[in-house]
Amino acid sequence: MNKALLLGNEAVARGLYEAGVTVVSSYPGTPSTEVTEAVTKYDEIYSEWAPNEKVAFEVASGACIAGARSFCAMKHVGLNVAADPLYTLSYIGVNGGMVCAVADDPGMHSSQNEQDSRHHAIAAKVPMLEPCDSSECLNFAKLGYDLSEQFDAPVLLRLSTRVSHSRSLVTLSDRVEKELKPYVKNPMKTVMMPAMARKAHVVVEQRTKDLTQWADTTAVELGVNSIEYNDKKIGIIAAGTSYTYAREAMGEKASYLKLGMVNPLPVNLIKEFAANVEKLYVIEELDDIIETHCLKIGVSVIGKERFSLLGEFSQDTVRKALEQDNPPFVSFDEDVPPRPPVMCAGCPHRGIYYALKKYNLYVSGDIGCYTLGAQAPLAMIDTCICMGASVSSLHGFNTARGTEQAKKSIAVIGDSTFIHSGITGLIDIAYNKGISTVIVLDNSITGMTGHQNNPANGFTIKGDPTTAVNLEALARAVGINRVSVVDPFDIDGVRAVAERELAAEEPSLIIARRPCALLKSVKHNPPLVVNKDKCVGCKACLQVGCPALYQTVNSDGKMRAEIDLNQCVGCEVCAKACKFGAITKGE
Amino acid sequence: MAQVKNILIVGVGGQGTLLASKLMGKCFVDKGYDVKVSEVHGMSQRGGSVVTYVRYGEKVYSPVIEKGEADIIIAFEQLEAARWLEYLKPDGILIANTQRIDPMPVIMGAAKYPENILEKLEQKGVKVISVDALDLAVKAGNPKSTNVVLLGVTARFLGFERDMWIDIIRSTVPEKMLDINVNAFDLGYNA
Ligand SMILES: Cc1ncc(C[n+]2csc(CCOP(=O)(O)OP(=O)(O)O)c2C)c(N)n1
Repeated sequence: MNKALLLGNEAVARGLYEAGVTVVSSYPGTPSTEVTEAVTKYDEIYSEWAPNEKVAFEVASGACIAGARSFCAMKHVGLNVAADPLYTLSYIGVNGGMVCAVADDPGMHSSQNEQDSRHHAIAAKVPMLEPCDSSECLNFAKLGYDLSEQFDAPVLLRLSTRVSHSRSLVTLSDRVEKELKPYVKNPMKTVMMPAMARKAHVVVEQRTKDLTQWADTTAVELGVNSIEYNDKKIGIIAAGTSYTYAREAMGEKASYLKLGMVNPLPVNLIKEFAANVEKLYVIEELDDIIETHCLKIGVSVIGKERFSLLGEFSQDTVRKALEQDNPPFVSFDEDVPPRPPVMCAGCPHRGIYYALKKYNLYVSGDIGCYTLGAQAPLAMIDTCICMGASVSSLHGFNTARGTEQAKKSIAVIGDSTFIHSGITGLIDIAYNKGISTVIVLDNSITGMTGHQNNPANGFTIKGDPTTAVNLEALARAVGINRVSVVDPFDIDGVRAVAERELAAEEPSLIIARRPCALLKSVKHNPPLVVNKDKCVGCKACLQVGCPALYQTVNSDGKMRAEIDLNQCVGCEVCAKACKFGAITKGE
Repeated sequence: MAQVKNILIVGVGGQGTLLASKLMGKCFVDKGYDVKVSEVHGMSQRGGSVVTYVRYGEKVYSPVIEKGEADIIIAFEQLEAARWLEYLKPDGILIANTQRIDPMPVIMGAAKYPENILEKLEQKGVKVISVDALDLAVKAGNPKSTNVVLLGVTARFLGFERDMWIDIIRSTVPEKMLDINVNAFDLGYNA
């Protein structure tokens, strides 16, 4: 037998391969990113990074209308961006099957909110499958295509951090090639104007009824929805990760209804299970979707009165809520200082923040590695809402508070984020005669999500050279006349340009250009050294917030700065912060 | 087959904890166990506290390890050993690299790095195996092989033969890093 230990995300990619998928378009976002990265290993599948999730979803939509099996992946908030095409493709349906994986992040390991993507499945009225381990990731990805084609609907595959980023065993099968289905022009089906959409909506409502029946019957035969009867005093309804926690915590002390399809939910199956157990619990991370459904069909359950709407669960959560014993443990008696993620040694973003810190600016922030500049000691960011919001919300902030404030306000946005949705905000500023100053932190990569190429860096998903968006020309083309380029490590240069552009009563774009220090193509300088005689222990260098710098006690008992030779890449931002010339190039 | 065994690997983003868990995962699969290895990706390069859960046994459900459940904790850094101590079974084994990496609040002087962490843990009755894995890695030929040194130390407590680990290392690491990694494993295994 052909077994492999795969990440949930890799298993989804394998499922796509086996299902005969040929077109994949995604935008990165933790924890979904590795699905598409793993797809690039299969030459049979065309893959690409799109500029944002809406584009990715629409590329996959077009491909499925063309008759291919297609796919896109995104994180939970990405589905907000792609919601517009999703809600209407639901009416149109598919030709070749289409699956969209959406990865939730309970506990917010790397997200700005904790939204539950099941709401989108309900609102868009599309089926949603939820695997609980890698094996189900592979099988449900494949099943998604059968469902999609059988019920003429795009299918959502709900992942979560623990499913996406856990390795477990899968059984591999061969790829089954799928002929491109014929494309026949059919405006009644694929042109959604009111007359057609009214008819399509009728079909959609019937489809949900049919799918509900499927959930009660075929899904059970296939083992997608399944009941395990053990001790019947306690019954548990759960899906995905919550099921694994419940099964781990309760073992054979409870009976389980495990749901693999979370929209639409079964009705008869739940009623049957409820009739056979004494006390019925619904265990679900995030919102009370299954619980609400149960109440709606007249089944009373214990759900959120015992389980939180917040954060990630575990076997511990289940044991506590069901009054089981948790294992004993030993504690450390002192405070353990937190270890938050920080910008890496040599990160170009640090230069910009350090250079601008002295101006006390309002900094409209965005999402990426540079969001880490919100933390001490740099503490530079005022806001972080969603991708692209730095630019448009700066325009709103400046419009509300007037010209003088605009001269003390900037937006900072990464290259990938600028392409994703910052450019539309910039058009808004130019078009509506704003005077805001926007800084694009162009580190030539999508850094935060683990180094993906993007439309501004000149490489495709497979690393092949391609055309790159010319940010300077793009800004000029939308009506920004003041465009400058700075090197973020040239602290004086950054300050001169920033002062000039902030003062100008016109909109400006500053491009801070230097590649991410972790890119293999970036050559590092030798580590810097601290001259112990010149260092007075003023800690000014520590204000740059570099993990390669720390304090030690000198032989004379005084505090002095020290540099970790293994981490320092010689960017010299700290050297520029030292008024005593104590930090110099090493040998 | 035995009950599920739990191994927690903790450290600082960038220390190479993922290679150790990958090698272990392969080993347990080869031995015929059901396995789950949970990693946290995304922010792992950025110097934050990172944790990987490795579980194996006849059937593994949950991908995570909770307080009081770990048979072994492998701490790549002292402060992380203290942070995750509660996850150890009271009679579990703590394998601790003696390396110290200051987190930003300590660098900034906003928090204190506790002194003599490992001694304090021993005084609490925790079974601590401390190793200067960075030093051994440098001896093996590359400080980056710290992770494989720690794997070597752990292998002593897992009860599988050395040669099997060497085979797994051979099938995983690139050819030019092979000797260094085998050396690193043995230095840990025999430490
Ligand atoms: C709508 C949406 N999609 C995806 C993400 C995940 N995400 C967070 S930051 C980021 C990109 C960061 O890249 P870039 O703007 O180039 O900045 P860098 O991290 O390189 O500094 C992505 C894709 C998100 N938060 N929201």
